[in-house]
Amino acid sequence: MDRFADLLDTLAFTPSRNAKLTLLADYLRRVPDPERGYALAALARDLDIPAVKPAQLRELIGARMDAELFAYSYDYVGDLAETIALAWPERASIPSRNDAPGVAEVVETLQAASRREGPALVEAWLDRLDPPGRYALLKLVTGGFRMGLSARLIKQALAGFGQVEVNEIEELWHGLAPPYLDLFAWLEGTGDKPVNAAAAPFRPVMLSHAIDEADFERLDPADFAAEWKWDGIRVQAVSERGINRLYTRTGDDISASFPDLVDAIAFDGALDGELLVARPGEGGVETGSFSDLQQRLNRKTVTAKQVREHPAFFRAYDILQDGREDLRALPFIARRARLDAFVAGLDPARFDCSPLLDFADWDELARLRADPPFAVIEGVMIKRKAAPYLPGRPKGEWFKWKRDPFLIDAVLMYAQRGHGKRSGYYSDYTFGVWREPGELVPVGKAYFGFTDEELLKIDKYVRDNTIERFGPVRSVRAGPDKGLVFEVAFEGINRSSRHKSGVAMRFPRISRLRWDKPPAEADRLETLERMIDGED
Amino acid sequence: MTPRPEDLLVPRREGLYCPPGDFFIDPVRPVDRALITHGHADHARAGHGHVLATPETLDIMAIRYGADHAGATQPAELGEVIRIGDVTVSFHPAGHVLGSAQIAVERGGMRIVASGDYKPRPDPTCARFVPVACDVFITEATFALPVFRHPDAAAEIDRLLRSVARNPERAHLVGVYSLGKAQRVIRLIRDAGYEKPLYIHGALQRLCDYYESRGVALGDLRPATVDAGAKGDFAGAIVLGPPSAFGDRWARRFPDPLVSFASGWMQVRARARQRGVELPLVISDHADWDELAETITAVAPSEVWVTHGREEALVRWCALNGIAARPLHLVGYEDEGD
Repeated sequence: MDRFADLLDTLAFTPSRNAKLTLLADYLRRVPDPERGYALAALARDLDIPAVKPAQLRELIGARMDAELFAYSYDYVGDLAETIALAWPERASIPSRNDAPGVAEVVETLQAASRREGPALVEAWLDRLDPPGRYALLKLVTGGFRMGLSARLIKQALAGFGQVEVNEIEELWHGLAPPYLDLFAWLEGTGDKPVNAAAAPFRPVMLSHAIDEADFERLDPADFAAEWKWDGIRVQAVSERGINRLYTRTGDDISASFPDLVDAIAFDGALDGELLVARPGEGGVETGSFSDLQQRLNRKTVTAKQVREHPAFFRAYDILQDGREDLRALPFIARRARLDAFVAGLDPARFDCSPLLDFADWDELARLRADPPFAVIEGVMIKRKAAPYLPGRPKGEWFKWKRDPFLIDAVLMYAQRGHGKRSGYYSDYTFGVWREPGELVPVGKAYFGFTDEELLKIDKYVRDNTIERFGPVRSVRAGPDKGLVFEVAFEGINRSSRHKSGVAMRFPRISRLRWDKPPAEADRLETLERMIDGED
Repeated sequence: MTPRPEDLLVPRREGLYCPPGDFFIDPVRPVDRALITHGHADHARAGHGHVLATPETLDIMAIRYGADHAGATQPAELGEVIRIGDVTVSFHPAGHVLGSAQIAVERGGMRIVASGDYKPRPDPTCARFVPVACDVFITEATFALPVFRHPDAAAEIDRLLRSVARNPERAHLVGVYSLGKAQRVIRLIRDAGYEKPLYIHGALQRLCDYYESRGVALGDLRPATVDAGAKGDFAGAIVLGPPSAFGDRWARRFPDPLVSFASGWMQVRARARQRGVELPLVISDHADWDELAETITAVAPSEVWVTHGREEALVRWCALNGIAARPLHLVGYEDEGD
């Protein structure tokens, strides 16, 4: 366990991406199979250990220490595995020594164990490990490393280790299973490249840059096509050899959450598009809002009612594969023609194409962007007609030009200590607007949009102006004359019966701190209600 | 009749106040009469009328604020019983930094010990903490959570020296608070057998000189100035400075610096990462969770008052162990001064 604990420690505290890649590649070189594969799977969140779940770890520590003390500790540290690793009461009779089994044995033992046996095994190992070893064990079991290690970075480390292109790894990845013996054999030159075992693999997606004012001068509108930017989630629908899959743009397989859509993928190919909630109506397809889509997100199982009330819909942007033909090298405009023809043959209740916009110059596009026909449009996309479909975020090919956000001035009411990187700082803010003179009503929560320096100032303000504490939450002085005003930016606003104010914002963040503004001049609830009416 | 403890010491806006003695302990704003436990800035402030503290604490205050930091000063030797108004006070070692003391306040059979900041484990740079029997023990709670269990400081120094050996081309910048932590870390580095020059930020110089003058040998210390050498000269060197300096232009003079920080807060990963620390060293001048519990058990007071830090957890521990305890809400002490 020491090697893995060391790796976690150094990775966690190594800020530079390149240094992380070096560390990972070095680990892969030093550590034999199958340990390196399991460790990598844990880091890539690709390791499932059904015999032990976080709730059971809480029970283990609950049997050893007071629940209230544990709650205080967890609240402070902000990470379950780390809290348990640090607070685990060592039994004096067992000298803690790192002679617990290594990574491979732990994983294989737990994978063969039942849910009844799993926690007891972990408990016995915890007693034999020192705090870094306990941390490594618990992270191995639960995942969730919070060390800025994306799946992409891990794949890059593998690519660097084996001197291959990272896209080769990405395309293979979904067909591989820990401890990836075939993959390592290929990367070390002792075996053939694994045949992609997964039908319907994910293809790395192409992403855009936010457009700058200065870009417009450089770019010739004649070289570009434009289309709406739909406010759903970017997905890839793939079907090959009778297997249908729906992936997020990071390659997570979300097929299980959208059986209604996945069943309708009756084609052979791969499409890039936006997942929305929509159904055909009398005047064309009626597209729901993002909050309708939210009813369907992050669900492991889906009820018939959810499927009926919020049907999943795919609005296509691009085509990557048509039958056996890989279209990614074609220019965008040629792929679009193929896409139109392809989608015409699909079920119109589930698929359509995102229409291209007619515009002669940037001013005309700006007018279109300022007045989109549907609320679910969050701006426009600008795509170079000649651009092939390139994985990653290539420069100068695709641009997003988002609608300007809504802005309101609101007053800070409550602050909560952050988790993870921000544990120990009051970094989650509930803000309110005036319902009546003198009566603030909370309308939203935001926990980003400010710099680290601003965070320190707000944190100090919260500590100096606390009225009451409720566990990790402090209520902060907020009245017409005394209080901190935030300018809050958000992307949309809906009615909500779950919130006292009756409104719910989408993607709120702090856009500016208004230390200068008297709280009495913050916005009123009526203003927000008018914004909803504008959205409808 | 034995007085009630709250007649002897009460929290006030300025700090902990003793009505029958008319003095404050570690007041956070200027008062007429102040008793100071130790020289850290959140406990020892300039501008009081009269200050009573150990000779070392008075020296440290004079170094930091100038000789005229108070109207008048009076040294208190450890163990000496001093009458002030209707109470007697005495100072006892707290083991936190050089000169740090617990202050016992006594009247009519009631004794309260305000321990200030303390650490029970040995520290080569200051007198060791002694438990003082009392009716009410006022304890700090800086690290009062079961997750804070400070490892052996010598083992942490070993990690530093191993990292220095592994990275001979990089300068190790070790963040240390200028009073106490700096000198302790330097002494521990020497105890580990490292005899090469150590480079220090200007903010550390006078206090290091003072520790030397009090018999704490710190070895070859050199100013970490540019004229101390060209950039390459700091490769493989250990440089100590206040953590705030590492974000400054000051830090640019070092080759590929590796930032380290010696603090009890480094126990929590998120804390280390927030500060951009690459090599967190868990070295604290405060009692950790187990030491807080052991100290309260050893002192065996009839009541515990808990201040600055995570009061609620220590109050909870006392409740679980059948010890009367309550939080003492004092304002103005730095949450994070370790």
